[in-house]
Amino acid sequence: MNANNLNNSKAQTIRSNDDLLLCAEREKDRQAQYKQNLFVCMGTACQSCGSTEVLKALSSRIKDLGLEKDYLISPGGCQGNCSQAPLVSVHPQNVLYQNISPQNTNDIIGSLKGSPIKELSCDNQSSFFARQTRIVTEYRGLLNPERIEDYIAVGGFSSLLKVLTQMSPSQVIQEITCSGLRGRGGAGYPTGLKWSTVAKANDSQKYVICNADEGDPGAFMNRNVLEDYPYKILEGMTIAGYAVGANQGYVYVRAEYDVAVKRVENAIKNMQRLALLGNSIGNTSFNFNLEVRVGGGAFVCGEETALIASIEGGRALPSPRPPYPAESGLWGHPTLINNVETYGHIAPIIRNGSQWFANIGTQKSKGTKTFALSGCIKNTGLVEVALGTTLREMIFDIGGGVPEGRKFKAVQTGGPAGGCIPESQLDASIDYESLKSLGSFMGSGGMIVMDDSSCMVDVAKYFMQFCAAESCGKCIPCRVGTVHIYDLLNKITKGEASLEDLSQLESLCDVVQNTSLCGLGQGAPNPVLSTLHFFKDEYIAHIVDHICPAGACGPKGQDLRRPACVL
Amino acid sequence: MPSSSPINAPHSMAPPTDDPRWRLVDTTMRHYGYAPNALIETLRIVQESFGYLDAIAMKYIARSLRMPLSKVYGVVTFYGLFRLKPPGEHTCTVCLGTACYIKGAKNLLDAVKLCTGLLLGQTSADNKISLLSCRCFGACGIAPAAILDGQVIGNLNSSEMEKHIRKWTVSK
Ligand SMILES: Cc1cc2nc3c(=O)[nH]c(=O)nc-3n(C[C@H](O)[C@H](O)[C@H](O)COP(=O)(O)O)c2cc1C
Ligand code: FES
Repeated sequence: MNANNLNNSKAQTIRSNDDLLLCAEREKDRQAQYKQNLFVCMGTACQSCGSTEVLKALSSRIKDLGLEKDYLISPGGCQGNCSQAPLVSVHPQNVLYQNISPQNTNDIIGSLKGSPIKELSCDNQSSFFARQTRIVTEYRGLLNPERIEDYIAVGGFSSLLKVLTQMSPSQVIQEITCSGLRGRGGAGYPTGLKWSTVAKANDSQKYVICNADEGDPGAFMNRNVLEDYPYKILEGMTIAGYAVGANQGYVYVRAEYDVAVKRVENAIKNMQRLALLGNSIGNTSFNFNLEVRVGGGAFVCGEETALIASIEGGRALPSPRPPYPAESGLWGHPTLINNVETYGHIAPIIRNGSQWFANIGTQKSKGTKTFALSGCIKNTGLVEVALGTTLREMIFDIGGGVPEGRKFKAVQTGGPAGGCIPESQLDASIDYESLKSLGSFMGSGGMIVMDDSSCMVDVAKYFMQFCAAESCGKCIPCRVGTVHIYDLLNKITKGEASLEDLSQLESLCDVVQNTSLCGLGQGAPNPVLSTLHFFKDEYIAHIVDHICPAGACGPKGQDLRRPACVL
Repeated sequence: MPSSSPINAPHSMAPPTDDPRWRLVDTTMRHYGYAPNALIETLRIVQESFGYLDAIAMKYIARSLRMPLSKVYGVVTFYGLFRLKPPGEHTCTVCLGTACYIKGAKNLLDAVKLCTGLLLGQTSADNKISLLSCRCFGACGIAPAAILDGQVIGNLNSSEMEKHIRKWTVSK
């Protein structure tokens, strides 16, 4: 590309590393024209607290003052600390303002020339921020998720071009294998191994799928990552396509995530515009295209075989494995299916090398993981930590603990297939093996903190009701078993159960766990089993004493069997 | 790719009515070459355009994509996204995900019930308000949350919820 061509932005495509560097330079120059860059967070929490109005107010005020040439106001990604929404960040000063409303517009603009406003500032050196390690959420809040140039300016797509021009597919797979990356969709299957299975499969047609169904209630990491870093995920998928020999990819997003759907569609268009998708990417013989598929909102859609059935246009019914999708997936062709966050790790690993990645985390769980902190905790939001961080650091240092003088009781991880971990186990490290040994599960990354007002039997009942409602009905243990478990739990919370019911509950859990067709049924008994393990006394209190110690199933200390006082 | 039908197959079925919204539906099916995997996307477009899926729409799609009506109905009733009845003028969708449950989503439901008498999934007799639920829409950081007429509102309590609903019930 020559200099004349550069001015003609329509014709601009990126065919080589030089093109990419030029594009990055131009974007950096553009940003450097401004004295300061202001990013208004456009995440779900901030938008719901009025960040759209803040963005409008700031932009129009800057325009009125004729300062558009000095200050750039952009919509930005989520900053992570959603409990202080809406958030505005100012760069290069690195100031973060919290709880901003349009009324603060003049103050903020007035302060741009001087020193930051103390009363509105959020301490972005606090342990909430300092304890995090960012790979997937690198440049948090500093990229306009709509603009591909923003991503290119911070090194985006350099991994893709490096892979296409300097590495063979098997070298790529080797690099991912060496990094020790494991799937972030829950089970932690080694990513390199999965890729090499698909690469070895003998078929001229292969597919790559990104699992962004995130059906786990109480988890929003994938949503956040897709909304804020769509280009990074798509770059990861394109690299995966090259490595396994696929020419078509699908991003399967649930319909509730409308912003994520729009952002990904926009990102695909921009990549096509720059020839980073389509035919002969990077002037090589590699062709790859991406499409979005919107899911219909059923938890089981997240299960890989069900997800594939859904893309094929039918009901999302899982099918027995083997054959695994890696051998026979979408329309019977070998298919690579990974979670959003797994793809989010690919470009950084290629850029920084597998050794860099392998140095983060524990012996068996490498790298970082994003978590959605919510429930009874001070700092709710999205955090990314190195694996091996302890639950205590997560909840008390990063999360700021339980608010308002209440007492921590348990943390739930792993969603409906996970478990509740009590205070005594909080020094356990967050990694695949350690959570499993506690009867829980890494899951996709939901972390819900409960205080002493939550009843563990009621929590188990909540999850069982969820699984019973979401069971697709294909296999009997899951369809019927979950309903029976729910009935038993319901009986317990009403104070009407006997100790025989409790042993029946245990044996029923065993049957459902071991005989269900897919992970939904196999995991469904977990919340019951884990609460039975750590909080058996609560079950006993309901059954023997007929009371709910937490006061959730009925007034505290009152016999659950007595009808509540009508007065 | 899935086997798509021959180019000249008699797909040119007339839409049920001359409502221009059907054109968008037809475009979607054409985009997929009238292949079976067009089904979910087509249903989504119909619901987006018409607000819900009725028997006429389902029959039209079944014929156009050349599949049994039972398959279309099976898919529609499988996914939580699809509605068989038109929604009320206003919709209140309460999140029943884990974070919202822990933070008291039940109280929000009770509040709506108190001022409208509606149970989950119901629409008021005057077709004014529908009460729906969903499983987490990713606003767990500001739980408990609800979507009121498309707008996500977080950190709700029962009295705020009541206030929002009353606005709908009193306005003409
Ligand atoms: C009931 C059920 C729900 C699931 N939901 C999700 C999900 O929402 N997102 C996801 O990435 N994986 C989900 N999975 C796991 C997938 O089946 C699959 O293992 C994963 O997408 C593989 O990606 P990974 O190797 O990158 O982890 C679910 C599994 C089950 C059994
Ligand atoms: S649990 Fe309600 S928004 Fe996630």
